[in-house]
Amino acid sequence: MARVIIRDLNKKFDAVHAVKDVNLEIHDKEFVVLVGPSGCGKTTTLRMVAGLETITSGDILIGDRVVNELPPMDRDIAMVFQNYALYPHMSVYDNMAFGLKMRGFDRSEIASRVKAAAEILGIEEQLKRKPRQLSGGQRQRVALGRAIVRHPQVFLFDEPLSNLDAKLRIQMRVEIKKIHDRLGTTAIYVTHDQVEAMTLGDRVVVMKDGLVQQVGEPLELYNEPANRFVAGFIGSPAMNFATVEMADADGAIWARHEGIRIKLPAELAGRLRQHVGGKVTLGIRPEDLRLASGSDTADFSFDAVVEVIEKLGSQILLDVRVGPNTMVAAVEPTVKAKVHDRLRLALNPDRLYFFDRVSQAAI
Amino acid sequence: MAVDSVAAARPYVAAPRRGPVTRILENEHWFAFFLLLPTAVLLGLFIAYPFVKGVLLAVTDAKVGVPGNFVGLQNFAVLMNDSIFRIAVWNTILYTVVTTIFKLALGLWLALLLNRHFRGKALTRAFILLPFIIPTVLSTFAWKWMFDPTFSVINWTLFHLGIIRTRINWLGDPGLALISVMIVNIWRGVPFYAISLLAGLQTISPELAEAAAIDGARPWQRFRYITWPLLLPVTMVVVLFSVIQTFADFQLVYILTGGGPANATQLFATYAYQIGVGTGLLGEGAAISLAMFPVLLIVVVVQLLYIRRVETH
Repeated sequence: MARVIIRDLNKKFDAVHAVKDVNLEIHDKEFVVLVGPSGCGKTTTLRMVAGLETITSGDILIGDRVVNELPPMDRDIAMVFQNYALYPHMSVYDNMAFGLKMRGFDRSEIASRVKAAAEILGIEEQLKRKPRQLSGGQRQRVALGRAIVRHPQVFLFDEPLSNLDAKLRIQMRVEIKKIHDRLGTTAIYVTHDQVEAMTLGDRVVVMKDGLVQQVGEPLELYNEPANRFVAGFIGSPAMNFATVEMADADGAIWARHEGIRIKLPAELAGRLRQHVGGKVTLGIRPEDLRLASGSDTADFSFDAVVEVIEKLGSQILLDVRVGPNTMVAAVEPTVKAKVHDRLRLALNPDRLYFFDRVSQAAI
Repeated sequence: MAVDSVAAARPYVAAPRRGPVTRILENEHWFAFFLLLPTAVLLGLFIAYPFVKGVLLAVTDAKVGVPGNFVGLQNFAVLMNDSIFRIAVWNTILYTVVTTIFKLALGLWLALLLNRHFRGKALTRAFILLPFIIPTVLSTFAWKWMFDPTFSVINWTLFHLGIIRTRINWLGDPGLALISVMIVNIWRGVPFYAISLLAGLQTISPELAEAAAIDGARPWQRFRYITWPLLLPVTMVVVLFSVIQTFADFQLVYILTGGGPANATQLFATYAYQIGVGTGLLGEGAAISLAMFPVLLIVVVVQLLYIRRVETH
């Protein structure tokens, strides 16, 4: 077990600056997820921790050792690859035993470790098979097993579930979580799937264009996004955005745009007063919108025209047009709405987000 | 109900009338026959006919201009007592084994180098293919000049480096001639190994090497336990091709030494040519070239069985 510290980490590939000044402290036994769209630098960061990519500048510490110059084998890490990277000519047993053999463990120790890992993963029956005789899920288990038997200081996961179908992915997600709870090994997990990030991570690191956008616990990212990118990336369906004008009228601050006129609660009004007369980006999560009833005031609701209806079962997603903008509202499954219906949506005034139009930072 | 009504609403469409050709082609067996026909004709014309003709010639005493009579295995019996034939057999085996080992080792080494990323990789690859692209006759003539006792650039270099005092007669010395011929064969054959093995290497996911590196395998162990076993099927096919080619090699030796000096570089193919065409003993010449067949057959069968075993395992 060990903590991992990443200090001022940079990676340049010729003209491309892939990772920019990343700073991160991963505590012992913590499960940290790096998440972001493709090309955000998350995998490169992970590969630098693994030693598969050289560091342009900065430091990586595993335990209390600087590992910048150490080859992968001396870093005491184990990695699970996106395409499993199982040795196709070896049996499942040999795949899991390979790392131990290379490190000179004796036969009985190898056998007992492989057996223990196979038991945890439920692949005792498959030990004699070759990888190509296994299903995707089983292969992924073998890849996990290969990491587990080594008892490394840190587990590295590079999008390990992205090749599995949706159902299996959810199942394996739960298993990875269980294994981590059981073994308590520090883990760094890379994914582009925000749901995976939110469900697995003790903390989540959101990256974009090589920069860390925000680090926090899953709900912290959801409730208090640092900027417009994080707000839009975390949460499904994604947050609705609209450009609004801030105005001071009738003793209150208003966010106005074609079709929208929202009165800001006192706490928000204080923060946004300096933007009066200017434009900012308003963010509303789909789940914070609902159908207005008679008791809703006009201050916190607006008219919308239904364009598309997506019935998900537990909720209904209404794609609506509000003035020139489109928005998504996640409403109760009991709502009866038809395409082209004009309806009134009410919002939760305590859950409004505002972002600077230039810096994109949360206001 | 809805499904029923849709099915009922569909009008019956009569099958269109078909001509006799269409009817024959719709029979799977005939269709397969017609698809295979062009290949079968070509193979028959250019492979089977010459082979059968060769076998028939080998059991006659045909000479140039004389059709010849059936003599059974007499030609083969003559060969058994022919000391030059025995030299040719030994030379051919030595030639094939030595050059194959060197071509494989050098080709694999080049392929591993080319599989890395470095500047000018594409250009290097193109250059490495050169010996393979240049017509053998042309490049062999160039080598003949390099081995020429008087004009040899190799001798000149060695002399000026102070390594030798007298000129080396590369192709004239019976001990050196076979080695010289082997060097040219290796030079010409390495690109084929390098490019084929490189293609094989590129089908191996780099993630496997990375996984092995993390698993604690050192570079040599990564090659020994991961790369080599995964490359083996490709290697076997390449070696198989190369052994067949080398065993029947003709033009290179013919141009450089013509089998000499004193039969020191005499191979199956050159000797068959010398007897069959040079002296006009067609029957005996055919018998010599046919004598290669059982050996090659064994090599091919063993290797094909091995490839199958590797692939199913």
